[in-house]
Amino acid sequence: MSKLKNAKLILENGKEFVGKSFGFPGSVAGEVVFNTAMTGYPESLTDPSYKGQILVSTYPLIGNYGVPKTEFENNMPKFFESDRIQIAGLVISDYSFVYSHWNAEKSLADWLVENKVPAIFDVDTRALTKILRESGCMLGKIVIDDEDVAWYDPNKENLVDLVSTKEKVVYGNGSNRIMLVDCGVKNNIIRCLLKHDTTVIRVPWNYDFTKDEYDGLFISNGPGDPSMCKETVAHLKTAIEGDKPIFGICLGSQLLGLASGATTYKLKYGHRSHNQPAREVGTNRCFITSQNHGFAVDHSKLTGDWEPYFINLNDDTCEGIKHKVKPIFATQFHPEACGGPTDTEFLFEKFIKLVEENKK
Amino acid sequence: MNEIKKVIVLGSGALKIGEAGEFDYSGSQALKALREEGIETILINPNIATVQTSEGIADRIYFLPVTPEFVERVIQKEKPQGILLAFGGQTALNCGTALYDSGVFEKYGVKVLGTPVQAIKDTEDRDLFIQKLNEINVKTARSEAVNSVEEAVKAVERLGFPVIVRAAYALGGLGSGFCSNIEELKKLCETAFAYSSQVLVEESLKGWKEVEYEVVRDKYDNCITVCNMENFDPLGIHTGESIVVAPSQTLSNAEYHKLRELAIRIVRHIGIVGECNVQYALDPNSEDYRVIEVNARLSRSSALASKATGYPLAFVAAKLGLGYGLFELKNSVTKTTSAFFEPALDYIVCKIPRWDLGKFNGVSKEIGSSMKSVGEIMAIGRNFEEVIQKGLRMIGQGMHGFVANHDISFEDLDKELQKPTDMRIFAINIALEKGYSVDKIHDLTKIDKWFLEKLKNIANIQQQLSGYSNLESMPEDLLREAKVRGFSDFQIARLVLNSADKNIEDNIDAVRQYRKAKGIVPVVKQIDTLAAEYPAQTNYLYMTYSGNENDISFNSNKKSVIVLGSGAYRIGSSVEFDWCGVNALNTIKKEGFHSVMINYNPETVSTDYDSCDRLYFDELTLERVLDICDLEAPHGVVVSTGGQIPNNLAMRLYNQKVNVLGTSPINIDRAEDRHKFSEMCDQLGIDQPRWRELTSMDDIYQFVDEVGFPVLIRPSYVLSGAAMNVVSNKEEMEHFLTLATKVSKQHPVVVTQFIEQAKEIEIDAVAQNGEVLSYAISEHVEFAGVHSGDATMTFPPQKLYFETIRRIKKISRAIAKGLEISGPFNMQFLAKDNDIKVIECNLRASRSFPFVSKVLKKNFIAQATQVMLGVPVEKFDKSIFDLDYIGIKAPQFSFARLAKADPILGVDMSSTGEVGCIGDSYYEAILKSMLSVGYKIPKKNIFLSTGPAKSKVVLLEPCRLLVQKGYKLFGTKGTVEFLNSNGVEATALHWPDEDLKPNVMDYIREKQLDLVINVPKDHSKSELDNDYSIRRGAIDFNIPLLTNARLATAFITAFCNISIDELEIKSWNEY
Repeated sequence: MSKLKNAKLILENGKEFVGKSFGFPGSVAGEVVFNTAMTGYPESLTDPSYKGQILVSTYPLIGNYGVPKTEFENNMPKFFESDRIQIAGLVISDYSFVYSHWNAEKSLADWLVENKVPAIFDVDTRALTKILRESGCMLGKIVIDDEDVAWYDPNKENLVDLVSTKEKVVYGNGSNRIMLVDCGVKNNIIRCLLKHDTTVIRVPWNYDFTKDEYDGLFISNGPGDPSMCKETVAHLKTAIEGDKPIFGICLGSQLLGLASGATTYKLKYGHRSHNQPAREVGTNRCFITSQNHGFAVDHSKLTGDWEPYFINLNDDTCEGIKHKVKPIFATQFHPEACGGPTDTEFLFEKFIKLVEENKK
Repeated sequence: MNEIKKVIVLGSGALKIGEAGEFDYSGSQALKALREEGIETILINPNIATVQTSEGIADRIYFLPVTPEFVERVIQKEKPQGILLAFGGQTALNCGTALYDSGVFEKYGVKVLGTPVQAIKDTEDRDLFIQKLNEINVKTARSEAVNSVEEAVKAVERLGFPVIVRAAYALGGLGSGFCSNIEELKKLCETAFAYSSQVLVEESLKGWKEVEYEVVRDKYDNCITVCNMENFDPLGIHTGESIVVAPSQTLSNAEYHKLRELAIRIVRHIGIVGECNVQYALDPNSEDYRVIEVNARLSRSSALASKATGYPLAFVAAKLGLGYGLFELKNSVTKTTSAFFEPALDYIVCKIPRWDLGKFNGVSKEIGSSMKSVGEIMAIGRNFEEVIQKGLRMIGQGMHGFVANHDISFEDLDKELQKPTDMRIFAINIALEKGYSVDKIHDLTKIDKWFLEKLKNIANIQQQLSGYSNLESMPEDLLREAKVRGFSDFQIARLVLNSADKNIEDNIDAVRQYRKAKGIVPVVKQIDTLAAEYPAQTNYLYMTYSGNENDISFNSNKKSVIVLGSGAYRIGSSVEFDWCGVNALNTIKKEGFHSVMINYNPETVSTDYDSCDRLYFDELTLERVLDICDLEAPHGVVVSTGGQIPNNLAMRLYNQKVNVLGTSPINIDRAEDRHKFSEMCDQLGIDQPRWRELTSMDDIYQFVDEVGFPVLIRPSYVLSGAAMNVVSNKEEMEHFLTLATKVSKQHPVVVTQFIEQAKEIEIDAVAQNGEVLSYAISEHVEFAGVHSGDATMTFPPQKLYFETIRRIKKISRAIAKGLEISGPFNMQFLAKDNDIKVIECNLRASRSFPFVSKVLKKNFIAQATQVMLGVPVEKFDKSIFDLDYIGIKAPQFSFARLAKADPILGVDMSSTGEVGCIGDSYYEAILKSMLSVGYKIPKKNIFLSTGPAKSKVVLLEPCRLLVQKGYKLFGTKGTVEFLNSNGVEATALHWPDEDLKPNVMDYIREKQLDLVINVPKDHSKSELDNDYSIRRGAIDFNIPLLTNARLATAFITAFCNISIDELEIKSWNEY
């Protein structure tokens, strides 16, 4: 215990939380957000949508089952959502120095150090969460041993460009060709698509796919403000004029919303959890969904051919949009889960069905 | 929804092992949900001590057995449109299934609300269940249903040893266990077939993780899993016997959500509407799993999940039964968000079972696949070390946490780890102390290393603390760390200050003052279901040292009054004190005070955050109560409605300047302290049985020479077995004093003259400044010698002299005055002729307060609380002489659960619950109450072994009556000789140890007997093996057993004079 370095989380509003360091011993700045999930830290930490963010886990006991092996499948790490830790820093209450799991290879602390990601424990994460809930997400920094760093606002940067693939990558060899626009895609989205008869063509966020051959278009999740992705929106505007099926998730849904003529806005503190309730509009069907987003489509501003697909039962925010006639839909939540509930994975099946019908 | 105007809710009857207080909580919630909809509610539940059977919860209450005959007659009378079966445990479910099968629901047009009966059957019948799950590719443990021992042997040839054997349709794993060879298999099967015609033989998954999910589904097919839970103990130990944490701690996201997805798939396929529990075995080395079972009803686990998350499962399930969709209901904690969501916890809870195996003679202490625990606790905190230490204090068995306990040793530590008993968790501590590695402990216990590492962490801190000998030299960080990891001030005092027991109180206080000066104090956190994501006005609280700010503020302008709850249910203290606590809270609220509850029992209504203005789900230790008092600065604290736990705190709180409401702690101490109390009795001229506190065998002999045998012996130090015993001769006394206890200067023994053939009478009363305001006198059916908690109680008394009643009133008034009682109190007396002796005096509410309050229809607790609050008191306008009916309170025993325990009654309590029924006559009330605790009216054959001459005489007339009624009597040689010589026909059967036919054991095994009456020869527990075999045989083969001649007489006279059909179906308010 005594060997641990002292660490502090300093918020933009001046509030400080003192704890101990258990990750990389260097200070870092970013935007502080909280997640209420109770499992899935390896998945969350590698989710590109967290780029630039200091993640607070409201669940206090973290590190219990270590970090899984780095095994590859389809050229992707089998147990992670991308090939590195994406968060800027981690804030928790109780770190489990000893882990226990058949599939674990190393401790969370070792993994954080390897990836040069600082982390702090022994923080009253509930008190911290209440501040973020009341004042909204704010900038913050983890300061190790009083080595200060400058504030950093990730929202001013094109984060998508930082996490998107730099080149075209092809996965699988199925009969349905899916063009996947990578704004920071989670691996499990690719895995879910590959469970069906598909070839997935992963392209950079600003790649002009409008001239390419494909059967279905997929717009991925990703970090930050959708208004940063002007090129993607421009390409989408062209795509929605056509008649190919389109499916968007999270940031993908917001980009589709922008392309349709709607607007997006920043939520006070976003939705980052595994327990968000979404209701399919016009039905009695409800789903528990996994989410990680700070921005949302303003569904009151949807234009003519577009309508809300899902809404959040807690705060009535937009959980998805769809085209009234064309095979185009998108969800704000994550049907691919990982981490989180798998209740809406059927949407991938729906998408592939639309693709197959559209080909006929 | 519109056609349902009136609904029957079935309760679970008396508390028993496997079916306890959780169903009072579930039922109360369901009734609340129905009432909110304007539906007329009818409750059938003979458990008079529950909160659900109180005024204002259901519209009409029937204190009747939850059996098909009685429920049908209530349906006939009430003509409801709907019935709820899922809120009264297995008792209600079995009763409902039987009524469905016999076409009763169809006949009267009663709709089963919620999960359809067919779905229930699909989960209860093993073959149907496996078939159902196979249809959706869900794996179950390989298992075969067999109908004979031979078939079981064949099944094992296919499955291979080890296997688990269990009886189908049995609650809480009754008659089940592991077998690793043919002999064990045959033996276990025989017992299991006594409970059920179908027995299941399953592959053993010993050592796998055990994980549960609580799932909710509405009629629109929307599903959520409210909570998952992981057992600390691996598979092989019944989940009711396991330490359980929520949420799961060692499962990865993939495992968590794989099992979650399966749970939802199962619940959809079976067609549950409401709440359901799915139990899994999970391979510790892969993602392989098996579904162990599905409970299509509210369960112990669902009550725990409700308390663990703040999600009111029973309330929501009842609404879904009425046809609501989950999305149409609100989250009752946030009040703004939807009930369709899954709670996110930002804390960890730990459930620990409470066993009372020491109360039973001969019982096996091993824990396994069948449930033996009688209660449980739930600890909340922000790390595992904290909750396990809190929890081990909460179970109230003299432990101070995981470490720093005295006097624990094991003969064979490895065996203890491998074959767990109720002490296993402490065996892990000893193993760590002895230097066992986590790996070695894991190999022996199969407990996941994560849990063991956390326990080791506690042991490490213990070592560090032991390295210091005063507070000042200890680093502040270490002190803080110890508090964060759940160390109590007591543990720190013992480890750092090496406190001797005699000055521990002062040292605890020194630790407290020292850490407060350093600013090391706990903070209050809320349980809000959403991990602070949304603002919530929740009053559901716990305390932790892992935090630096309180979630709530303490500037209420209302005066707060803290009620101390009753803690873990145990033998001698259960749901009746929950009723007392809840009623105290109600009165406190009504009188305009701010009501605060401290309790940690997840089975209770008092720990429902709706019951009070603030609920601290936390410890009832002096330390924690003072922490809360520091924050709340209460007007006062009520210690007299939660049984002995709060009562024991009275003096210590008083010493800390806390305002204890009601009778002064000084006077509570005068009643509790045997010497002070006797002195007062002498001064007041009140008689007591003679007693003396003695420290040597010679003194004991001398005293016994004075008073004569039998005597009651209460040791202060118990080696094994029961704490109290009655001995009838020198030999028994020596046996008990040398084998079971220690006698020395440090461990004195209290020896009391034991008066035989005396009536036992109780008074429950409320006094104000020493004046008795109201009282209820009741009498026991049994003679003194049976613990008052095991006795059958009649109120108002039927067979007392007026003179006796007059004297009892007089004595009670004198004592109330002498102790200046303000609040509830209870006294127990012996009466022989008109000679009255006081045997017990408690300046708190007693077990019988709900019973007498409900029979008299005057709330003694409400009145007592008004007295304690110092507000104007409502006077009662009636007394026992105004009642035209009789209430009988009868005990419920759970001997069937406790393998090998001798089912006799003695001076120590062994019942786990009780019922209270009302009748227009004594015999009607006797019959209703005894049928409610599981007795059946015999069809033909009755076996008698009537013990000593006195009871032979008592039972002679009842036997004559039985023969007149056409019953066939059997008996042991002596009993039959006595009956025959008095002209009563009876056939002798040979004793168990005689190798001769006809033998009583054959009759028991073949279930040819409908009732066994076996009266022990004396009060000693060292009974002859023969009598034990007969009694135990009756229990193991599910034959009703009576061991008390007076109770047997009452029962026989009752069923010979009234038939079941003649029993009136009257609701409480019709009396």
